[in-house]
Amino acid sequence: MTEQAKTILLVDDDEDFLFQQKVQLEAIGFRVITAGSKAEALRVIAGSRPDLVIVDLMMEEMDAGFTVCHTVKTKDESIPVIMCTGVVGETGLEFDAVTDEEQAWVKADVLLSKPVRFEQLKREIDRLLAS
Amino acid sequence: MDTLRVLVCDDETGMRIGVERALRHYSVQVPDVNGEVHFAVEQAESAERALELIDVSPPEILLLDLKLPGMSGIDLLERIGPRHLETLVIMISAYASIDAAVRATKQGAYDFLAKPFTPAELKDTLKEAAEHLILARQAKKLALEKRRVRFEFISVVAHELKAPINAIDGYLKIMATHAAGDDPAVYARMTERCMTRIAGMRKMIEDLLDLTRIESGQKVRELVELDACEVARTAMDTALPSAQARGIALELHAAAPIPMTADRGELEIIFNNLVSNAVKYNRDNGRVDVFVEETAGRVRITVKDTGIGIRQEDVSKLFNDFVRLKNEETKNVLGSGLGLSIVKKLAVTYGGGVSVTSEPGTGSTFTVTLNCAPFATPA
Ligand SMILES: Nc1ncnc2c1ncn2[C@@H]1O[C@H](COP(=O)(O)OP(=O)(O)OP(=O)(O)O)[C@@H](O)[C@H]1O
Ligand SMILES: [Mg+2]
Repeated sequence: MTEQAKTILLVDDDEDFLFQQKVQLEAIGFRVITAGSKAEALRVIAGSRPDLVIVDLMMEEMDAGFTVCHTVKTKDESIPVIMCTGVVGETGLEFDAVTDEEQAWVKADVLLSKPVRFEQLKREIDRLLAS
Repeated sequence: MDTLRVLVCDDETGMRIGVERALRHYSVQVPDVNGEVHFAVEQAESAERALELIDVSPPEILLLDLKLPGMSGIDLLERIGPRHLETLVIMISAYASIDAAVRATKQGAYDFLAKPFTPAELKDTLKEAAEHLILARQAKKLALEKRRVRFEFISVVAHELKAPINAIDGYLKIMATHAAGDDPAVYARMTERCMTRIAGMRKMIEDLLDLTRIESGQKVRELVELDACEVARTAMDTALPSAQARGIALELHAAAPIPMTADRGELEIIFNNLVSNAVKYNRDNGRVDVFVEETAGRVRITVKDTGIGIRQEDVSKLFNDFVRLKNEETKNVLGSGLGLSIVKKLAVTYGGGVSVTSEPGTGSTFTVTLNCAPFATPA
Protein backbone atom coordinates (compact mmCIF):
# COMPACT_ATOMS: atom_id res chain seq x y z
CA MET A 1 0.00 0.00 0.00
CA THR A 2 1.39 3.33 -1.03
CA GLU A 3 -1.27 5.64 0.38
CA GLN A 4 -1.87 5.96 4.12
CA ALA A 5 -3.67 2.99 5.64
CA LYS A 6 -7.45 3.42 5.89
CA THR A 7 -9.07 3.01 9.30
CA ILE A 8 -11.94 0.61 9.83
CA LEU A 9 -14.08 0.60 12.96
CA LEU A 10 -15.29 -2.92 13.73
CA VAL A 11 -18.19 -3.26 16.16
CA ASP A 12 -19.40 -6.62 17.48
CA ASP A 13 -20.07 -8.14 20.88
CA ASP A 14 -18.67 -11.48 19.72
CA GLU A 15 -15.06 -11.45 20.84
CA ASP A 16 -14.03 -14.14 18.38
CA PHE A 17 -15.67 -12.49 15.40
CA LEU A 18 -13.89 -9.21 16.26
CA PHE A 19 -10.54 -10.91 16.57
CA GLN A 20 -10.91 -12.88 13.35
CA GLN A 21 -11.93 -9.95 11.18
CA LYS A 22 -9.36 -7.66 12.78
CA VAL A 23 -6.34 -9.86 12.07
CA GLN A 24 -7.43 -10.51 8.53
CA LEU A 25 -8.11 -6.85 7.77
CA GLU A 26 -4.77 -5.88 9.28
CA ALA A 27 -3.04 -8.52 7.19
CA ILE A 28 -4.27 -6.77 4.04
CA GLY A 29 -3.15 -3.37 5.21
CA PHE A 30 -6.02 -1.73 7.09
CA ARG A 31 -5.81 -0.08 10.44
CA VAL A 32 -8.52 -1.56 12.65
CA ILE A 33 -10.19 -0.18 15.75
CA THR A 34 -12.46 -2.64 17.57
CA ALA A 35 -15.43 -1.93 19.80
CA GLY A 36 -17.14 -4.66 21.79
CA SER A 37 -20.37 -2.84 22.51
CA LYS A 38 -22.63 -0.07 21.33
CA ALA A 39 -21.39 2.28 24.04
CA GLU A 40 -17.76 1.68 23.12
CA ALA A 41 -18.54 2.23 19.43
CA LEU A 42 -20.29 5.52 20.15
CA ARG A 43 -17.28 6.71 22.14
CA VAL A 44 -14.96 5.90 19.23
CA ILE A 45 -17.22 7.64 16.72
CA ALA A 46 -17.47 10.73 18.93
CA GLY A 47 -13.70 11.08 19.08
CA SER A 48 -12.56 10.08 15.58
CA ARG A 49 -13.55 9.63 11.98
CA PRO A 50 -13.07 6.08 10.69
CA ASP A 51 -13.04 5.59 6.91
CA LEU A 52 -15.50 2.73 7.14
CA VAL A 53 -17.62 1.05 9.83
CA ILE A 54 -18.55 -2.62 10.11
CA VAL A 55 -21.23 -3.23 12.72
CA ASP A 56 -23.21 -6.18 14.02
CA LEU A 57 -26.95 -5.57 14.16
CA MET A 58 -27.72 -7.46 17.37
CA MET A 59 -25.61 -6.81 20.40
CA GLU A 60 -26.85 -6.38 23.97
CA GLU A 61 -29.98 -4.88 22.51
CA MET A 62 -31.76 -6.28 19.49
CA ASP A 63 -31.16 -3.18 17.36
CA ALA A 64 -27.92 -1.75 18.75
CA GLY A 65 -26.49 -1.87 15.21
CA PHE A 66 -29.08 0.61 13.98
CA THR A 67 -28.15 3.14 16.65
CA VAL A 68 -24.46 2.86 15.75
CA CYS A 69 -25.27 3.13 12.06
CA HIS A 70 -27.49 6.14 12.60
CA THR A 71 -24.87 7.91 14.71
CA VAL A 72 -22.20 7.35 12.05
CA LYS A 73 -24.42 8.65 9.26
CA THR A 74 -25.50 11.67 11.30
CA LYS A 75 -21.88 12.54 11.95
CA ASP A 76 -20.82 12.10 8.34
CA GLU A 77 -23.11 10.77 5.66
CA SER A 78 -20.15 9.80 3.49
CA ILE A 79 -18.72 7.17 5.88
CA PRO A 80 -19.76 3.78 4.45
CA VAL A 81 -21.38 1.33 6.86
CA ILE A 82 -21.52 -2.44 6.45
CA MET A 83 -24.05 -4.10 8.71
CA CYS A 84 -23.59 -7.77 9.60
CA THR A 85 -26.48 -9.75 10.88
CA GLY A 86 -27.35 -13.19 12.03
CA VAL A 87 -30.99 -12.17 12.11
CA VAL A 88 -32.08 -14.02 9.00
CA GLY A 89 -32.66 -17.63 9.90
CA GLU A 90 -31.85 -16.96 13.51
CA THR A 91 -35.03 -15.31 14.63
CA GLY A 92 -37.04 -16.08 11.53
CA LEU A 93 -37.15 -12.36 10.76
CA GLU A 94 -36.80 -11.57 7.09
CA PHE A 95 -34.43 -8.76 6.59
CA ASP A 96 -32.76 -7.24 3.56
CA ALA A 97 -31.66 -3.78 2.54
CA VAL A 98 -33.02 -4.00 -0.98
CA THR A 99 -35.72 -1.43 -1.53
CA ASP A 100 -34.79 2.26 -1.41
CA GLU A 101 -37.28 2.79 1.34
CA GLU A 102 -35.78 0.08 3.51
CA GLN A 103 -32.28 1.22 2.66
CA ALA A 104 -33.14 4.72 3.83
CA TRP A 105 -34.42 3.36 7.09
CA VAL A 106 -31.59 0.94 7.77
CA LYS A 107 -29.07 3.51 6.55
CA ALA A 108 -26.39 0.89 6.06
CA ASP A 109 -24.73 0.72 2.64
CA VAL A 110 -24.41 -3.03 2.64
CA LEU A 111 -26.04 -5.78 4.63
CA LEU A 112 -24.16 -9.06 5.07
CA SER A 113 -25.55 -12.09 6.82
CA LYS A 114 -23.45 -14.08 9.27
CA PRO A 115 -21.35 -16.14 9.06
CA VAL A 116 -19.57 -13.54 6.95
CA ARG A 117 -17.14 -14.80 4.31
CA PHE A 118 -14.02 -12.69 4.48
CA GLU A 119 -13.62 -12.60 0.69
CA GLN A 120 -17.05 -11.07 0.37
CA LEU A 121 -16.40 -8.59 3.16
CA LYS A 122 -13.17 -7.55 1.48
CA ARG A 123 -14.91 -7.09 -1.88
CA GLU A 124 -17.54 -4.84 -0.33
CA ILE A 125 -14.93 -2.80 1.54
CA ASP A 126 -12.89 -2.28 -1.64
CA ARG A 127 -16.00 -1.26 -3.57
CA LEU A 128 -17.22 1.17 -0.89
CA LEU A 129 -13.82 2.78 -0.37
CA ALA A 130 -13.24 3.15 -4.11
CA SER A 131 -16.44 5.07 -4.76
CA MET B 1 -67.03 -24.97 32.38
CA ASP B 2 -67.10 -27.17 29.34
CA THR B 3 -69.96 -27.97 27.00
CA LEU B 4 -69.96 -31.10 24.88
CA ARG B 5 -72.05 -31.14 21.73
CA VAL B 6 -74.23 -34.23 21.38
CA LEU B 7 -75.93 -35.11 18.11
CA VAL B 8 -78.76 -37.61 18.43
CA CYS B 9 -79.65 -39.30 15.16
CA ASP B 10 -82.85 -41.33 15.35
CA ASP B 11 -85.99 -41.47 13.21
CA GLU B 12 -88.25 -41.66 16.28
CA THR B 13 -89.15 -38.15 17.35
CA GLY B 14 -89.94 -39.34 20.88
CA MET B 15 -86.47 -40.76 21.27
CA ARG B 16 -84.78 -37.54 20.14
CA ILE B 17 -86.91 -35.39 22.41
CA GLY B 18 -86.36 -37.78 25.30
CA VAL B 19 -82.60 -37.51 24.95
CA GLU B 20 -82.80 -33.76 24.66
CA ARG B 21 -84.87 -33.54 27.84
CA ALA B 22 -82.73 -35.93 29.84
CA LEU B 23 -79.54 -34.03 29.08
CA ARG B 24 -80.83 -30.45 29.15
CA HIS B 25 -80.05 -29.84 32.82
CA TYR B 26 -77.58 -32.63 33.30
CA SER B 27 -73.98 -31.98 34.12
CA VAL B 28 -71.12 -34.15 35.25
CA GLN B 29 -67.99 -33.65 37.29
CA VAL B 30 -64.91 -34.99 35.60
CA PRO B 31 -61.94 -35.74 37.84
CA ASP B 32 -58.94 -33.47 37.22
CA VAL B 33 -61.07 -30.86 35.49
CA ASN B 34 -62.23 -27.68 37.17
CA GLY B 35 -65.94 -27.09 36.88
CA GLU B 36 -68.73 -29.10 35.36
CA VAL B 37 -69.32 -30.52 31.94
CA HIS B 38 -72.66 -29.79 30.27
CA PHE B 39 -74.30 -31.18 27.15
CA ALA B 40 -75.86 -29.34 24.21
CA VAL B 41 -78.12 -31.62 22.17
CA GLU B 42 -78.81 -31.34 18.44
CA GLN B 43 -81.21 -33.60 16.57
CA ALA B 44 -81.20 -35.35 13.20
CA GLU B 45 -84.12 -37.47 11.99
CA SER B 46 -82.06 -39.31 9.38
CA ALA B 47 -78.48 -40.32 8.63
CA GLU B 48 -78.52 -37.97 5.64
CA ARG B 49 -79.40 -35.03 7.87
CA ALA B 50 -76.80 -36.10 10.42
CA LEU B 51 -74.16 -36.18 7.71
CA GLU B 52 -75.02 -32.60 6.73
CA LEU B 53 -74.66 -31.45 10.35
CA ILE B 54 -71.44 -33.38 10.86
CA ASP B 55 -69.96 -31.84 7.74
CA VAL B 56 -70.62 -28.35 9.07
CA SER B 57 -69.13 -29.08 12.46
CA PRO B 58 -68.58 -32.52 13.95
CA PRO B 59 -70.16 -33.02 17.39
CA GLU B 60 -68.18 -34.43 20.29
CA ILE B 61 -70.65 -37.24 20.87
CA LEU B 62 -72.92 -38.95 18.33
CA LEU B 63 -75.85 -41.02 19.57
CA LEU B 64 -76.67 -43.09 16.52
CA ASP B 65 -79.56 -45.43 15.80
CA LEU B 66 -78.58 -48.49 13.82
CA LYS B 67 -81.84 -48.86 11.94
CA LEU B 68 -82.78 -45.79 9.99
CA PRO B 69 -84.89 -45.28 6.88
CA GLY B 70 -82.59 -44.60 3.94
CA MET B 71 -78.95 -44.63 4.91
CA SER B 72 -78.37 -46.88 7.94
CA GLY B 73 -76.35 -46.02 11.01
CA ILE B 74 -73.50 -48.29 9.94
CA ASP B 75 -73.48 -46.74 6.47
CA LEU B 76 -73.22 -43.34 8.09
CA LEU B 77 -70.28 -44.48 10.19
CA GLU B 78 -68.57 -45.78 7.09
CA ARG B 79 -69.24 -42.52 5.30
CA ILE B 80 -67.78 -40.30 7.99
CA GLY B 81 -65.02 -42.84 8.44
CA PRO B 82 -61.78 -41.58 9.88
CA ARG B 83 -62.58 -37.97 9.03
CA HIS B 84 -64.01 -37.17 12.41
CA LEU B 85 -61.87 -39.06 14.82
CA GLU B 86 -62.73 -36.63 17.60
CA THR B 87 -66.35 -37.72 17.54
CA LEU B 88 -67.22 -40.40 20.04
CA VAL B 89 -69.98 -42.65 18.69
CA ILE B 90 -72.53 -44.43 20.87
CA MET B 91 -74.88 -46.81 19.01
CA ILE B 92 -78.49 -47.00 20.16
CA SER B 93 -80.45 -49.96 18.96
CA ALA B 94 -83.28 -52.23 19.96
CA TYR B 95 -81.95 -55.50 18.59
CA ALA B 96 -78.31 -55.03 17.72
CA SER B 97 -77.22 -58.23 16.07
CA ILE B 98 -73.75 -59.44 16.93
CA ASP B 99 -72.82 -58.86 13.32
CA ALA B 100 -74.00 -55.23 13.37
CA ALA B 101 -72.24 -54.64 16.66
CA VAL B 102 -68.97 -55.96 15.27
CA ARG B 103 -69.27 -53.82 12.15
CA ALA B 104 -70.09 -50.72 14.19
CA THR B 105 -67.16 -51.34 16.51
CA LYS B 106 -64.88 -51.75 13.50
CA GLN B 107 -66.03 -48.35 12.35
CA GLY B 108 -65.03 -46.88 15.65
CA ALA B 109 -68.20 -46.98 17.75
CA TYR B 110 -67.26 -46.43 21.38
CA ASP B 111 -70.26 -47.84 23.25
CA PHE B 112 -73.72 -49.42 22.87
CA LEU B 113 -76.93 -48.45 24.53
CA ALA B 114 -79.79 -50.91 24.14
CA LYS B 115 -83.27 -49.54 23.50
CA PRO B 116 -85.35 -48.91 25.46
CA PHE B 117 -83.18 -47.21 28.02
CA THR B 118 -84.00 -45.09 31.04
CA PRO B 119 -82.78 -41.48 31.40
CA ALA B 120 -80.50 -42.73 34.17
CA GLU B 121 -78.87 -45.27 31.86
CA LEU B 122 -78.41 -42.60 29.22
CA LYS B 123 -76.82 -40.27 31.75
CA ASP B 124 -74.44 -42.95 33.00
CA THR B 125 -73.33 -43.76 29.49
CA LEU B 126 -72.77 -40.10 28.66
CA LYS B 127 -70.95 -39.46 31.92
CA GLU B 128 -68.50 -42.16 31.03
CA ALA B 129 -68.15 -40.84 27.47
CA ALA B 130 -67.55 -37.31 28.75
CA GLU B 131 -64.80 -38.47 31.09
CA HIS B 132 -63.18 -40.39 28.28
CA LEU B 133 -63.31 -37.39 25.95
CA ILE B 134 -62.00 -34.86 28.44
CA LEU B 135 -59.18 -37.07 29.63
CA ALA B 136 -58.18 -37.86 26.05
CA ARG B 137 -58.23 -34.17 25.27
CA GLN B 138 -56.02 -33.40 28.25
CA ALA B 139 -53.59 -36.14 27.38
CA LYS B 140 -53.34 -34.73 23.87
CA LYS B 141 -52.74 -31.21 25.15
CA LEU B 142 -50.06 -32.46 27.50
CA ALA B 143 -48.37 -34.45 24.76
CA LEU B 144 -48.36 -31.40 22.49
CA GLU B 145 -46.94 -29.21 25.23
CA LYS B 146 -44.24 -31.77 25.97
CA ARG B 147 -43.35 -31.85 22.30
CA ARG B 148 -43.19 -28.09 22.11
CA VAL B 149 -40.91 -27.87 25.14
CA ARG B 150 -38.68 -30.59 23.74
CA PHE B 151 -38.36 -28.95 20.33
CA GLU B 152 -37.64 -25.61 21.90
CA PHE B 153 -34.95 -27.21 24.04
CA ILE B 154 -33.38 -28.94 21.05
CA SER B 155 -33.35 -25.77 19.00
CA VAL B 156 -31.64 -23.85 21.79
CA VAL B 157 -29.06 -26.63 22.22
CA ALA B 158 -28.40 -26.59 18.49
CA HIS B 159 -27.97 -22.85 18.51
CA GLU B 160 -25.69 -22.91 21.53
CA LEU B 161 -23.45 -25.52 19.91
CA LYS B 162 -23.37 -23.68 16.61
CA ALA B 163 -21.89 -20.51 18.10
CA PRO B 164 -18.59 -22.06 19.27
CA ILE B 165 -18.36 -24.18 16.14
CA ASN B 166 -18.66 -21.08 13.97
CA ALA B 167 -15.93 -19.40 16.00
CA ILE B 168 -13.57 -22.39 15.80
CA ASP B 169 -14.35 -22.82 12.11
CA GLY B 170 -13.44 -19.17 11.55
CA TYR B 171 -10.09 -19.57 13.30
CA LEU B 172 -9.20 -22.77 11.47
CA LYS B 173 -9.89 -21.17 8.08
CA ILE B 174 -7.64 -18.25 8.93
CA MET B 175 -4.90 -20.60 10.12
CA ALA B 176 -5.22 -22.86 7.09
CA THR B 177 -4.87 -19.98 4.66
CA HIS B 178 -2.39 -18.11 6.80
CA ALA B 179 -4.64 -15.09 6.38
CA ALA B 180 -3.51 -13.25 9.51
CA GLY B 181 -0.02 -12.25 8.49
CA ASP B 182 3.25 -13.55 9.84
CA ASP B 183 3.17 -12.94 13.59
CA PRO B 184 3.24 -16.35 15.33
CA ALA B 185 1.83 -14.79 18.51
CA VAL B 186 -1.41 -14.06 16.65
CA TYR B 187 -1.72 -17.72 15.65
CA ALA B 188 -0.95 -18.85 19.19
CA ARG B 189 -3.75 -16.64 20.47
CA MET B 190 -6.11 -18.19 17.91
CA THR B 191 -5.25 -21.68 19.05
CA GLU B 192 -5.88 -20.61 22.62
CA ARG B 193 -9.32 -19.20 21.72
CA CYS B 194 -10.22 -22.43 19.92
CA MET B 195 -9.36 -24.40 23.04
CA THR B 196 -11.37 -22.05 25.24
CA ARG B 197 -14.42 -22.44 23.00
CA ILE B 198 -13.99 -26.21 22.94
CA ALA B 199 -13.77 -26.24 26.75
CA GLY B 200 -16.99 -24.24 26.85
CA MET B 201 -18.68 -26.73 24.57
CA ARG B 202 -17.48 -29.63 26.67
CA LYS B 203 -18.79 -27.97 29.82
CA MET B 204 -22.14 -27.46 28.15
CA ILE B 205 -22.34 -31.08 27.07
CA GLU B 206 -21.52 -32.19 30.60
CA ASP B 207 -24.20 -29.86 31.95
CA LEU B 208 -26.67 -31.30 29.47
CA LEU B 209 -25.85 -34.81 30.60
CA ASP B 210 -26.29 -33.78 34.25
CA LEU B 211 -29.63 -32.23 33.36
CA THR B 212 -30.95 -35.28 31.56
CA ARG B 213 -29.77 -37.51 34.37
CA ILE B 214 -31.57 -35.42 36.97
CA GLU B 215 -34.72 -35.07 34.90
CA SER B 216 -35.01 -38.65 33.77
CA GLY B 217 -34.35 -39.79 37.32
CA GLN B 218 -32.38 -42.68 35.89
CA LYS B 219 -29.16 -42.01 37.64
CA VAL B 220 -28.72 -44.17 40.67
CA ARG B 221 -28.03 -41.93 43.62
CA GLU B 222 -25.07 -42.99 45.65
CA LEU B 223 -26.15 -41.80 49.04
CA VAL B 224 -23.38 -41.55 51.58
CA GLU B 225 -22.81 -39.88 54.89
CA LEU B 226 -20.59 -36.92 54.16
CA ASP B 227 -19.46 -33.59 55.50
CA ALA B 228 -20.98 -30.74 53.47
CA CYS B 229 -18.07 -28.46 54.46
CA GLU B 230 -15.60 -30.84 52.93
CA VAL B 231 -17.47 -30.83 49.62
CA ALA B 232 -17.53 -27.03 49.79
CA ARG B 233 -13.77 -27.04 50.24
CA THR B 234 -13.30 -29.29 47.18
CA ALA B 235 -15.38 -26.95 45.04
CA MET B 236 -13.48 -23.93 46.25
CA ASP B 237 -10.18 -25.61 45.45
CA THR B 238 -11.44 -26.20 41.92
CA ALA B 239 -12.29 -22.51 41.55
CA LEU B 240 -9.06 -21.30 43.15
CA PRO B 241 -6.90 -20.92 40.01
CA SER B 242 -9.41 -18.74 38.18
CA ALA B 243 -10.05 -16.76 41.37
CA GLN B 244 -6.35 -16.17 41.98
CA ALA B 245 -5.82 -15.08 38.39
CA ARG B 246 -8.12 -12.14 39.11
CA GLY B 247 -7.08 -11.49 42.70
CA ILE B 248 -10.37 -12.77 44.13
CA ALA B 249 -10.28 -14.08 47.69
CA LEU B 250 -12.23 -17.26 48.56
CA GLU B 251 -13.17 -17.97 52.15
CA LEU B 252 -15.15 -20.78 53.77
CA HIS B 253 -17.04 -19.98 56.97
CA ALA B 254 -18.05 -23.15 58.77
CA ALA B 255 -17.77 -23.85 62.44
CA ALA B 256 -17.72 -27.63 62.45
CA PRO B 257 -18.29 -30.57 60.11
CA ILE B 258 -21.87 -30.67 58.86
CA PRO B 259 -22.98 -34.25 58.37
CA MET B 260 -25.64 -35.03 55.79
CA THR B 261 -26.81 -37.85 53.55
CA ALA B 262 -26.26 -36.99 49.92
CA ASP B 263 -24.78 -38.00 46.62
CA ARG B 264 -21.32 -36.46 46.65
CA GLY B 265 -21.34 -35.77 42.90
CA GLU B 266 -24.63 -33.92 43.12
CA LEU B 267 -23.54 -31.83 46.08
CA GLU B 268 -20.35 -30.98 44.20
CA ILE B 269 -22.38 -29.85 41.20
CA ILE B 270 -24.31 -27.45 43.45
CA PHE B 271 -21.21 -26.00 45.07
CA ASN B 272 -19.23 -25.85 41.85
CA ASN B 273 -21.90 -23.90 40.02
CA LEU B 274 -22.47 -21.39 42.80
CA VAL B 275 -18.79 -20.83 43.50
CA SER B 276 -17.79 -20.64 39.84
CA ASN B 277 -20.55 -18.09 39.19
CA ALA B 278 -19.45 -16.06 42.19
CA VAL B 279 -15.95 -15.94 40.69
CA LYS B 280 -16.97 -15.48 37.05
CA TYR B 281 -19.35 -12.62 37.76
CA ASN B 282 -17.10 -10.91 40.32
CA ARG B 283 -14.90 -7.85 39.94
CA ASP B 284 -11.12 -8.08 40.01
CA ASN B 285 -9.80 -8.24 43.59
CA GLY B 286 -13.27 -9.06 44.91
CA ARG B 287 -14.32 -11.64 47.51
CA VAL B 288 -16.35 -14.83 47.66
CA ASP B 289 -17.61 -15.97 51.07
CA VAL B 290 -19.13 -19.40 51.46
CA PHE B 291 -21.19 -20.23 54.54
CA VAL B 292 -22.38 -23.72 55.42
CA GLU B 293 -24.75 -24.02 58.39
CA GLU B 294 -27.15 -26.55 59.80
CA THR B 295 -30.44 -25.75 61.49
CA ALA B 296 -33.31 -28.09 62.31
CA GLY B 297 -32.32 -30.86 59.95
CA ARG B 298 -31.58 -28.54 57.06
CA VAL B 299 -28.27 -27.54 55.55
CA ARG B 300 -28.04 -23.95 54.41
CA ILE B 301 -25.39 -23.05 51.84
CA THR B 302 -24.78 -19.36 51.24
CA VAL B 303 -22.43 -18.06 48.56
CA LYS B 304 -21.87 -14.33 48.73
CA ASP B 305 -19.90 -12.35 46.17
CA THR B 306 -18.84 -8.76 45.59
CA GLY B 307 -19.55 -8.91 41.88
CA ILE B 308 -21.64 -7.22 39.23
CA GLY B 309 -24.98 -8.13 40.83
CA ILE B 310 -28.27 -8.90 39.12
CA ARG B 311 -31.14 -6.53 38.41
CA GLN B 312 -34.34 -7.33 40.27
CA GLU B 313 -36.31 -7.89 37.05
CA ASP B 314 -33.81 -10.53 35.90
CA VAL B 315 -33.80 -12.54 39.12
CA SER B 316 -36.83 -14.65 38.25
CA LYS B 317 -35.39 -15.74 34.90
CA LEU B 318 -32.01 -16.98 36.15
CA PHE B 319 -33.07 -20.46 37.12
CA ASN B 320 -34.44 -21.44 33.71
CA ASP B 321 -32.51 -23.49 31.16
CA PHE B 322 -30.07 -21.54 28.97
CA VAL B 323 -30.75 -18.17 30.56
CA ARG B 324 -27.75 -15.88 30.45
CA LEU B 325 -27.93 -12.18 31.15
CA LYS B 326 -26.44 -10.19 28.32
CA ASN B 327 -24.73 -6.97 29.25
CA GLU B 328 -21.43 -5.24 29.05
CA GLU B 329 -20.03 -6.98 32.10
CA THR B 330 -21.04 -10.51 31.13
CA LYS B 331 -20.40 -10.50 27.41
CA ASN B 332 -16.90 -11.94 27.62
CA VAL B 333 -17.78 -14.53 30.26
CA LEU B 334 -18.35 -17.93 28.74
CA GLY B 335 -21.16 -20.18 29.91
CA SER B 336 -24.19 -22.00 28.68
CA GLY B 337 -26.80 -20.77 31.15
CA LEU B 338 -27.51 -24.22 32.52
CA GLY B 339 -25.68 -24.01 35.85
CA LEU B 340 -28.36 -22.39 37.99
CA SER B 341 -31.17 -24.42 36.45
CA ILE B 342 -29.27 -27.57 37.43
CA VAL B 343 -28.71 -26.24 40.95
CA LYS B 344 -32.41 -25.55 41.33
CA LYS B 345 -33.51 -28.95 40.05
CA LEU B 346 -31.06 -30.70 42.35
CA ALA B 347 -32.06 -28.63 45.38
CA VAL B 348 -35.68 -29.56 44.78
CA THR B 349 -34.84 -33.27 44.72
CA TYR B 350 -33.19 -32.77 48.13
CA GLY B 351 -36.42 -31.31 49.47
CA GLY B 352 -35.07 -27.80 49.36
CA GLY B 353 -34.73 -24.80 47.11
CA VAL B 354 -32.60 -21.88 46.02
CA SER B 355 -33.01 -18.13 46.38
CA VAL B 356 -31.01 -15.03 45.60
CA THR B 357 -30.69 -11.47 46.83
CA SER B 358 -28.64 -9.04 44.83
CA GLU B 359 -27.64 -5.42 44.49
CA PRO B 360 -26.39 -4.38 41.03
CA GLY B 361 -22.82 -3.16 41.25
CA THR B 362 -22.39 -4.45 44.80
CA GLY B 363 -22.83 -8.21 44.77
CA SER B 364 -25.12 -11.20 44.98
CA THR B 365 -25.93 -13.79 47.61
CA PHE B 366 -27.22 -17.21 46.55
CA THR B 367 -28.74 -19.41 49.23
CA VAL B 368 -29.48 -23.12 48.80
CA THR B 369 -31.25 -25.15 51.46
CA LEU B 370 -31.21 -28.94 51.49
CA ASN B 371 -32.62 -31.57 53.79
CA CYS B 372 -29.90 -33.32 55.79
CA ALA B 373 -31.57 -36.66 55.22
CA PRO B 374 -33.67 -36.09 52.12
CA PHE B 375 -34.37 -39.67 51.15
CA ALA B 376 -34.88 -41.16 54.58
CA THR B 377 -37.91 -43.40 54.74
CA PRO B 378 -39.77 -43.26 58.05
CA ALA B 379 -39.14 -46.49 59.93
N1 LIG C 1 -23.03 -14.59 41.21
C1 LIG C 1 -23.60 -13.98 40.15
N2 LIG C 1 -23.51 -12.63 40.00
C2 LIG C 1 -24.07 -12.02 38.94
N3 LIG C 1 -24.73 -12.66 37.95
C3 LIG C 1 -24.84 -14.00 38.03
C4 LIG C 1 -24.29 -14.73 39.13
N4 LIG C 1 -24.56 -16.04 38.97
C5 LIG C 1 -25.25 -16.12 37.81
N5 LIG C 1 -25.42 -14.90 37.24
C6 LIG C 1 -26.15 -14.60 35.99
O1 LIG C 1 -27.06 -15.65 35.77
C7 LIG C 1 -26.85 -16.26 34.51
C8 LIG C 1 -27.15 -17.74 34.61
O2 LIG C 1 -26.19 -18.41 35.41
P1 LIG C 1 -25.84 -19.93 35.13
O3 LIG C 1 -24.86 -20.39 36.13
O4 LIG C 1 -27.13 -20.66 35.00
O5 LIG C 1 -25.20 -19.89 33.69
P2 LIG C 1 -23.74 -19.47 33.19
O6 LIG C 1 -22.84 -19.20 34.34
O7 LIG C 1 -23.94 -18.38 32.21
O8 LIG C 1 -23.30 -20.77 32.41
P3 LIG C 1 -22.92 -22.22 33.02
O9 LIG C 1 -24.00 -23.13 32.54
O10 LIG C 1 -21.63 -22.52 32.39
O11 LIG C 1 -22.89 -22.10 34.50
C9 LIG C 1 -25.41 -15.94 34.17
O12 LIG C 1 -25.22 -15.93 32.77
C10 LIG C 1 -25.23 -14.57 34.79
O13 LIG C 1 -25.68 -13.57 33.91
MG1 LIG D 1 -22.69 -20.69 35.91
